[in-house]
Amino acid sequence: MDGKRSNPAKHRVGESSAADRKTMDRRRFLAGAGLAGAAVAGAIPVRAQTLAKPDPAITEVPDWSRYLGDGVAARPYGSPSSFEKHVVRRDVEWLTASRESSVNFTPLHELDGIITPSGLCFERHHGGIAEIDPAQHRLMINGLVEKPMVFTLEDLKRFPNRMNRVYFLECAANSGMEWRGAQLNGCQYTHGMVHNVMYTGISLKSVLDQAGIRPNAKWLLVEGADSAGMTRSIPIEKALKDCMVVWGMNGEALRPEQGYPLRIVVPGWEGNMWVKWLRRIEVGDQPWQHREETSKYTDLLENGTSRRFTFVMDAKSVVTNPSPQAPLKHKGPNVMTGLAWSGRGTVTRVDVSIDGGKNWHTARLDGPVLPMSLTRFYFDIDWNGQEMLVQSRAFDSTGYVQPTKEELRKIRGVNSIYHNNGIQTWFVHKNGETENVEVS
Amino acid sequence: MSRSLKLLGLALALSLLAFPAAAQKLNLGRVALPEEIAAWDTDVRPDGLGLPPGKGSVKQGEEIFLQQCASCHGQFGEGAGRWPALAGGLNTLKADRPDKTVGSFWPYLSTVYDYIRRAMPYGNAQSLTADETYAIVAFLLNMNDIVKDDFVLSKENFGKVKMPNAAGFFDDNREVAEKAFWKKDVCMTNCKKEVKILNRARVIDVTPESKTAPKVD
Repeated sequence: MDGKRSNPAKHRVGESSAADRKTMDRRRFLAGAGLAGAAVAGAIPVRAQTLAKPDPAITEVPDWSRYLGDGVAARPYGSPSSFEKHVVRRDVEWLTASRESSVNFTPLHELDGIITPSGLCFERHHGGIAEIDPAQHRLMINGLVEKPMVFTLEDLKRFPNRMNRVYFLECAANSGMEWRGAQLNGCQYTHGMVHNVMYTGISLKSVLDQAGIRPNAKWLLVEGADSAGMTRSIPIEKALKDCMVVWGMNGEALRPEQGYPLRIVVPGWEGNMWVKWLRRIEVGDQPWQHREETSKYTDLLENGTSRRFTFVMDAKSVVTNPSPQAPLKHKGPNVMTGLAWSGRGTVTRVDVSIDGGKNWHTARLDGPVLPMSLTRFYFDIDWNGQEMLVQSRAFDSTGYVQPTKEELRKIRGVNSIYHNNGIQTWFVHKNGETENVEVS
Repeated sequence: MSRSLKLLGLALALSLLAFPAAAQKLNLGRVALPEEIAAWDTDVRPDGLGLPPGKGSVKQGEEIFLQQCASCHGQFGEGAGRWPALAGGLNTLKADRPDKTVGSFWPYLSTVYDYIRRAMPYGNAQSLTADETYAIVAFLLNMNDIVKDDFVLSKENFGKVKMPNAAGFFDDNREVAEKAFWKKDVCMTNCKKEVKILNRARVIDVTPESKTAPKVD
């Protein structure tokens, strides 16, 4: 990451709004004083509040300081604190006919860094969660191969060249409810069909090599063992380039809802292709044109024709805090943060606006910045209680810049359902309440 | 032992320690038996590859559909509640609210056969025979006015059925049609004169578990 670009103190402050200028001036001061990297609270003059009475949280001995807690056998597989019960995947019941063929959403506004905890990764099933005994699971390779093969999990785990990679997975329908205008109040609902996981497995190529693909191979069909028998066609170039067959996520086995014991990873491409409960790969010379690549996951345009094979996920970003489920609660220093990603490459830059796109400021990227991975950005603000229209826009290594929703609609209309990567606007009210809006 | 044999022994020992990255046979897994491939490889392509022998009539299909499909998809394929409609919607793809059904939208008949055979009926997948599947597909075609009431669909005449929206799809062209999104210069300051709020999610009020206004200190 370019240090100059990522340094918030380098913003052009001369032409920004008055409120913004105040924020910027303080930052410039911090930078000038050599304190830009220091904790904000340490550099701002402390608003010394004096309490009338001592804080009982300090003066009284709480139970947890006096009595013994649970021993080491009480939590053989640990869970989050009971005070974090609100941090859960949520669904929108009216969205689908049945919860077995439905979706829930990652609580992006409750998370930080770039890795999504395994239990909070959004779920999308078409026939419910297949609960598979790994000893009964098989992976078959057939079609245009020298030798059709069957592998067990144990076989696959003995392959050489095991690898670990971090990739985002975004459902092509993420933000799909927002094509006709602002609809759902919460980045969990508008942007929560994305997660970012470190996968453990082997290259798809190494598995295919065992069967020996024939020279006329052009496409693969990947198939799940669930009751939807999920299938997608994948071009052979992509399959051999960077696809993986994985059994691990974030250091542990795949969760059942993420395809235990085996799924395919298709970096940067729409989540529907990452077939879970992977049981079969067929090699062929043309796409299969199955349900999920014709009647679904094609993008209907205004003229009545549809784009198909729109596999790659374009650059996108969203401010996760503040957002409708995470309103601002304090004037003064606040951490504005969010996520950016691109299926075409690496996020090179994220800009943030607090005035609905009149003026933009380059945010700071922190944590690993990896290709086809969620990337964390921060924009620290000093909020005086003014109304804000918060936006973010992502840039990627191919030069793509996240478009506005209006720019997208001009080309695609409002009925394409999938691939809505338009710029999101949050309206922060004077009381900190934050709302999903669209602006001119 | 000769020097060359020693070297060979060393090379063999090393080969046990590290695999080259290039394609190689690992002696892992086993050959798939024809019966196993037949059990799983039921997929069907637009060129007919994968279609099983068999046939089914519109009339047979109607009976099966009413028993096994209509509770979700409606007696006439109109869809119950939020379950998918399968019939109707012809010429609505340019409309403000397109009605995407098997008849109005699906480009290939093979997709219908493949999907029903692998995933339907919902909750009892892979329970239909090849003939039953042909019959249901025939009935769906009939409900969409693509074939007549006395039509019998079979492996042999499958390829002759043309779907109304067969020519309605084209390959991803974003890198051309949306070339403008690869921007050389982006505006940073004074990018627009005024900003107006055009619409608000709150007005629609469909968010689950909406919160009340927070407290600001």
